[in-house]
Amino acid sequence: MRLLFREAFLAFRRAPLLSTLSITTIAFSLFAVGLFGLVAINMRQALRGLETRVEIVAFILNGTPLETITLAADDISSFPEVFSVGYVNEDSALAQAQAELEEFRDAYRDLEVNPLPASLEIRLKEGSRDAESVSAVAERLESFGFIDDVRFGREWIERLDRLRNVAGLVGLVIGLAFAVVAVIIIGTTIRMTVLQRAREIAIMRLVGATNGFIRGPFLLEGAIKGLLGGLLSILLIYAGYRLFGRNTPMLSGLVFFETPQLLVGILFGVALGLGGSLVSVGRHLRNV
Amino acid sequence: MIRFNHVSKAFAKGESALLDVSFRVAKGEFVFLTGHSGAGKTTVLKLIYGEQSPTSGDVHVLGFSLPNITAREIPRLRRRLGIVFQDFRLLEDRTAEENVAFALEVTRARPESIPSRTSRVMTQVGLASKMHAFPNELSGGEQQRVAIARALVLDPPILLADEPTGNLDERATRGVFQLLRDINAGGTAVVMATHDLNLVRQTTNRTIELRRGEVVYDSAEETAPREGLA
Ligand SMILES: Nc1ncnc2c1ncn2[C@@H]1O[C@H](COP(=O)(O)OP(=O)(O)OP(=O)(O)O)[C@@H](O)[C@H]1O
Ligand SMILES: [Mg+2]
Repeated sequence: MRLLFREAFLAFRRAPLLSTLSITTIAFSLFAVGLFGLVAINMRQALRGLETRVEIVAFILNGTPLETITLAADDISSFPEVFSVGYVNEDSALAQAQAELEEFRDAYRDLEVNPLPASLEIRLKEGSRDAESVSAVAERLESFGFIDDVRFGREWIERLDRLRNVAGLVGLVIGLAFAVVAVIIIGTTIRMTVLQRAREIAIMRLVGATNGFIRGPFLLEGAIKGLLGGLLSILLIYAGYRLFGRNTPMLSGLVFFETPQLLVGILFGVALGLGGSLVSVGRHLRNV
Repeated sequence: MIRFNHVSKAFAKGESALLDVSFRVAKGEFVFLTGHSGAGKTTVLKLIYGEQSPTSGDVHVLGFSLPNITAREIPRLRRRLGIVFQDFRLLEDRTAEENVAFALEVTRARPESIPSRTSRVMTQVGLASKMHAFPNELSGGEQQRVAIARALVLDPPILLADEPTGNLDERATRGVFQLLRDINAGGTAVVMATHDLNLVRQTTNRTIELRRGEVVYDSAEETAPREGLA
């Protein structure tokens, strides 16, 4: 075990340039993945804020008795997707319109009759704010006889949905691409170390060292590089996060990774290091 | 200890390096493997230490048998074989002592046993005073002695030597050859590939001669005249 560590650190000392290169490439790869992840996390956070405002408005036919509406509202609240149901009568609809739509304030004030219908405002639960669930709920609402029209900003919801899917997909693709690049670069740098030590490895095999023993220091070396690269990338991402956050005060609600996410990132770095060295050492041992 | 049973070895291009080779090496024997360049001497040795696998026939060494040997067994076989080459194969950035200790370290020997085992074999090869010299500070003969010490440090019952004197002058050749005979006198079987017929003639050791991959003479069988030695 002590020998294992000694060999791994000797490898660093023997090839400081290559080792630094490996660590920085791992760090850079993880930095890119992490940066994108951070953007995605913040985007999701922002979307979640918007989503809470997703609501369905069902306009009620004039002259529907209040009793019918109250019964229906109870019924609607028991839909599995529905978070809350609120009733807005004609008068408060007018008051709301006057308060929110300044341009129409004067027009509304002069009206003899209230042109606005009463409505039910339905909010959905967190998991049910996608376009599909919203449409399903809207359809069910339309089957009530007293409901005149249902509005739910379909396009807006769909666009939100698409944006989130695209964000996830792009994140995944970029993440995978960088992971592949990282493995290749680590594999290459470890391969250079392996070739530098080809003579030593040949002698090890000759005197009867096991493949596991020969692989050990290289795997450890890869894992340590992955670990250092992972830590460095977190430092870089945090620096970027602070810098960006300070220069754009309007994005004050930015969030950073949580500890488990950081740990996953570091583990990912270690896995990349191990994977890269496993590939190149394995190939070398098979070919000699 | 070593048994070749109708062994043939062909490489991809079709030319066969060995053709129906059969022989045995007994415990403690000293065997010369002779023949012209390309006759198949190195191939025989590589088959013994599992670097190559026979195309047909089988090779038995110390209870292991090729071609059935597993990847896991090869290191166990090699720990019981000492192997030296024409080009010494020492690590230039380590001292003589470290080169020998290396074989113990990488085969997981008990760390506290390493210094004494190392100095014992360094004394055996006559280099007790050069333990701390680097290979480039040693003569060819001395470097080969370090390589022999490394081969001996695991106490193998068999020592394989592929042209061990090929890079040495007369005097160094005699010294290294005498060392191999001393090692053999201690009970270690030695298989030595060489085309130095002067060495072969000096002794009455068993000689196996190869020509184009076939055994054309084996002094243990006394079937053919000593071709090529005449
Ligand atoms: N890896 C290989 N691939 C293809 N052919 C090979 C390989 N190794 C050996 N050979 C061929 O096998 C034959 C025997 O080679 P080998 O090295 O055993 O000869 P040798 O008796 O040791 O010769 P030398 O005295 O020059 O060392 C030669 O014709 C050689 O070209
Ligand atoms: Mg040869």
